Amino acid sequence: MLRFIRKRALASLISLIGLLVMVFFLSRLTGDPASLFLPVEASAEMKAEFRALHGLDQPLLVQFGQYVGNVVTGDLGESLRKARPALDVVLEAFTWTLWLAVITMTLVTVCAIVVGSLAAFRTGGFFDRFSSMLSLIGASVPDFWLAIVAIVIFAIQLSWLPTSGTGTLTHWILPICVLFVRPFGIIVQVVRGSMISALSSAYVKTARAKGVKSGPIIFVHALRNAMLPVITVIGDQAASLLNGAVVIETIFGFPGVGKLMIDSILQRDFNVVLAAILVTAFAIFLMNLVIDLAYALLDPRIRY
Amino acid sequence: MADHLLEVRNLSVDFHTASGVVHAVRNISYHLDRGETLAILGESGSGKSVSSSAIMNLIDMPPGKITSGEILLDGKDLFKMNAEQRREVNGRRIAMIFQDPLSHLNPVYTVGWQMREALKTHGISSTQAQNEALRLFKRVALPDPERALDKYPHEFSGGQRQRVMIAMALALKPDLLIADEPTTALDVTVQAEVLALLKELQRETGMGVLIITHDLGVVSEVADRVVVMEKGQLVESGTVREVYHNPQHAYTKKLISAAPGKGEMHEPEASGDAILSVKDARKFYGGFEALKGVSFDLKAGETVAVVGESGSGKSTLARILLRLEEADGGTAKWKGKDLFTMSPGDLFKLRRDLQMVFQDPTQSLNPRMTVYQLISEAWVIHPEILPKAKWRERVAELLGQVGLSAEHMGRYPHQFSGGQRQRIAIARALALEPQLIVCDEAVSALDVSVQAQVITLLDKLRKEMGIAFIFIAHDLPLVRDFADYVMVMQKGEVVEFGTVAQVFDNPQKPYTQALLAASLDPDPDVQAANRNARLATAS
Amino acid sequence: MTMAIQSTHTPKETVAEEPSAIVRMARMLWADKFALCAAIFLVFVIVMAIIGPTWLDELATKQNLRGRNLAPFMFDREWYMWLGADALGRPLWPRIIVATQNTMMVAAGAVVISAIIGTLLGLIAGFASERVSQVIMRLADVIMSFPSLLVAVIVLYILGSSILNLMLVLAITRIPVYLRTTRAEVLEIRQRMFVQAARVMGASSKRILFRHILPVVIPTLTTLMTLDFAYVMLAESALSFLGIGIQPPEITWGLMISQGRQYLTNAWWLSFWPGLAIILTTLSLNLLSNWLRIALDPVQRWRLEMKGPKHG
Repeated sequence: MLRFIRKRALASLISLIGLLVMVFFLSRLTGDPASLFLPVEASAEMKAEFRALHGLDQPLLVQFGQYVGNVVTGDLGESLRKARPALDVVLEAFTWTLWLAVITMTLVTVCAIVVGSLAAFRTGGFFDRFSSMLSLIGASVPDFWLAIVAIVIFAIQLSWLPTSGTGTLTHWILPICVLFVRPFGIIVQVVRGSMISALSSAYVKTARAKGVKSGPIIFVHALRNAMLPVITVIGDQAASLLNGAVVIETIFGFPGVGKLMIDSILQRDFNVVLAAILVTAFAIFLMNLVIDLAYALLDPRIRY
Repeated sequence: MADHLLEVRNLSVDFHTASGVVHAVRNISYHLDRGETLAILGESGSGKSVSSSAIMNLIDMPPGKITSGEILLDGKDLFKMNAEQRREVNGRRIAMIFQDPLSHLNPVYTVGWQMREALKTHGISSTQAQNEALRLFKRVALPDPERALDKYPHEFSGGQRQRVMIAMALALKPDLLIADEPTTALDVTVQAEVLALLKELQRETGMGVLIITHDLGVVSEVADRVVVMEKGQLVESGTVREVYHNPQHAYTKKLISAAPGKGEMHEPEASGDAILSVKDARKFYGGFEALKGVSFDLKAGETVAVVGESGSGKSTLARILLRLEEADGGTAKWKGKDLFTMSPGDLFKLRRDLQMVFQDPTQSLNPRMTVYQLISEAWVIHPEILPKAKWRERVAELLGQVGLSAEHMGRYPHQFSGGQRQRIAIARALALEPQLIVCDEAVSALDVSVQAQVITLLDKLRKEMGIAFIFIAHDLPLVRDFADYVMVMQKGEVVEFGTVAQVFDNPQKPYTQALLAASLDPDPDVQAANRNARLATAS
Repeated sequence: MTMAIQSTHTPKETVAEEPSAIVRMARMLWADKFALCAAIFLVFVIVMAIIGPTWLDELATKQNLRGRNLAPFMFDREWYMWLGADALGRPLWPRIIVATQNTMMVAAGAVVISAIIGTLLGLIAGFASERVSQVIMRLADVIMSFPSLLVAVIVLYILGSSILNLMLVLAITRIPVYLRTTRAEVLEIRQRMFVQAARVMGASSKRILFRHILPVVIPTLTTLMTLDFAYVMLAESALSFLGIGIQPPEITWGLMISQGRQYLTNAWWLSFWPGLAIILTTLSLNLLSNWLRIALDPVQRWRLEMKGPKHG
């Protein structure tokens, strides 16, 4: 088990380093922060001073070396924009994103499993056709469009909910509902497909021959077997939420990590971009580990 | 009229399928009493499992539909009960065991959990269920029953898994046990043990047993009466002895005559030098030695049958001879050249001489190629055999040789039946004009009557074209009519090698004797005699 | 039970030849009415994408200050005003049709590029030595772990956003999907009996890969591409919505939604119609992909055929 974790950590570390290298050099190609942060009329000396202060005057490779050295000691640098440690800025935003992702995915998982399982139990029935159509539409709707429509209806026309920002619990409702739709549509379809094959399997036949009731057959016998492919998809969807739902965060003025990343790129706040990538990558690594453990927990044939 | 334990009256079941409505069973009736064993004998497509699925309420409706009939359990019609009452009957009054216990046990729960579930579903308390489960595991003679309860299905062997299934089925002392091909996937020696256990348990509990099988041997070993089914219809019924010795229906006669192991035995006639000479072939998988030094010779036009149970290394032998896997030691001289160490160029030429027919033609034929493409691929790879202009003509000729017609050329494999597919696979092997064909369980997946046809075809090819065969099988009677020599293998070693007559009439090694004793004879009288002899030596 | 079904639908010598592939596909499409509607709609979209700009470009860019934010459903006006007009009085119907071309081109280009590269790499990764395979898979991991919007933002920022760049960026982020699918399938298929049978005949690796393995993978890939087309379309519109995708005066559906956003309170239709175009197209692609998954699988095909007209 420990060996497996170590192996996974090593593989993740390799891809993380690749990621850092690419972002580090690519982001610096987007332009010079000095011209963005100093007033337009700033003299050449002032710009040079600014660059020297932030170590931006060094050759790129030297900068990278320094950066890696700092990262190893736990120092992720300062945010140019906010003049605070980049890690603090990122963690603050990431907390928002994490909550949003956790709440949304919990709701999605529970709803999708129940709906998908029931649809699979009576394939071709009314509920199956209804939920299949619903999930297909859900998987087809662009989330930013849905956000806009939701704002028009619930915030502007009906004035039930706030349009954007944070603060009260009601601020969470629209973002969560909008983010819910696409993953729900996708996961319901996977649950349904996986459950159909589980329900037609031989061990379900045995259970029926034993006289087991329908409830336990669906939710005890079939569901646990059907969960493996479902968990994979849940992981994929959760990962994309953890990376920050940029568009939704922008529309709802939600201070999450996705919005932070894009803003920081546009404003050439490189340390924050890199810190954000490190933090999200670490979170996704942890989540994947949990998913691998869930595999082993669900299926005794999987051992690491 | 006294009530039977089970009575099926005029049952008809339809299925709605791609090509319209299929009458899976039509108007069948049979009955079964306590303490009695009834066998339903039939080949694939005969509908032999349909009535038992109807008894257990396992038919999915739709696509299935019960169009007529009634099923009486102790005089009460199952079809008149509601879903909840049917569920109560399942497991408590009627229990079922299946072929392939691995897929019929839930892979993600321990067998103990599944045992307890069977008991608790019908109102037995947890602690009592635990005790019962343990008692039953002891009864079916599972090794180390306490620990076995906490194991998962994949941690058992095939025979042990079937014992688990039996224990689970008998948990609530049902009046009726339905066994659907319970020993088909098992080795012959294990099959004998499982059948013996079933009989013992039946004597103890007095239950009725309904056994569904394609195997005449199983019928003669366990059943009192038999009903024979063909294409959804019940064509014959009677006591096992009556039906075997005095079959009335043409189909029953055909089935009985197709049973292998009754024809003349070959005497090897081939002379001259060996074309293939295997010496001390070895193969390792990690630390496990799958082949522990196998040696034999094969002359042109000769047939060696390699017989063994699962894990004997017989398929590994085939795979290293065809270089699908690399041998780890030894030599195999093909006309003087060692094919284990042959260069890729020589190996490519050798492919023409050495061909293989696989076990399951459904899998060995590319599903997206037509019959023409499948057969002519040989000449795409080896263009020197035949100019392209003659391909169609030759494919037609080959199809004719294996008993198919030229108009099948444009079809895809899934449009054929199992036996026809295996003929296509044989035609494909013949396209290269080989001198040796390795058949790896080439007829095991086929119905008995189809098996006989394919064997006859292979026999014809051998006589007409002088092709040599290495014929791998797990079933001894099957090779009796076809092979010149028999090589019995166990755990990677050759146990016995001899002519067919030597091995069958005068087996030297205990393992060969055990194998022969365990294989079931279709004649109930012979089988009864065998059984008594076995019991006599055992005690 | 299943045996009974099998034996009767495996034809014996008496059954007629199967109809040609095109006829059979048409029949199966007819059997699934949802997929049929989806296919018809997609054909319509493709036709619009081809002829739209030449046909309606003038109409779509003509500003009309008196028709600013004209409400939809004014059926007494000309047909092109029926969906309303945008902030500059440009009619929405023609604008949506003109935008089809860019939207489709970006998505199609990205899907084709990523499918070809991803499939080739996947074939190599599945068939080559363990080392080569590991290198390819790690590369895929790097791309996968990259937040795809971030890579798009950075690259488009550096290269400037053009249709081609957008295509490339989206293609890169989708390569791992094809790579992984293809590799997984190859690893499974190369163990199958018919591949072994080909090896026994002496078939070369190239032949096995392209004649035996690829045809079995292609249906999966076709289904995946259809699904991915929808995904890429959504990604493109998200980028355009954020202002880093297609730049005006070029238009795509995503950009139109973004442009309408500031008029949400008084002219909802500016964003609504292009969104609906996206939904309908994505939905059609999803429906078609579900149908393809069954239609291209010889084992499952009968599910569609049995619903179709009875024959044989």
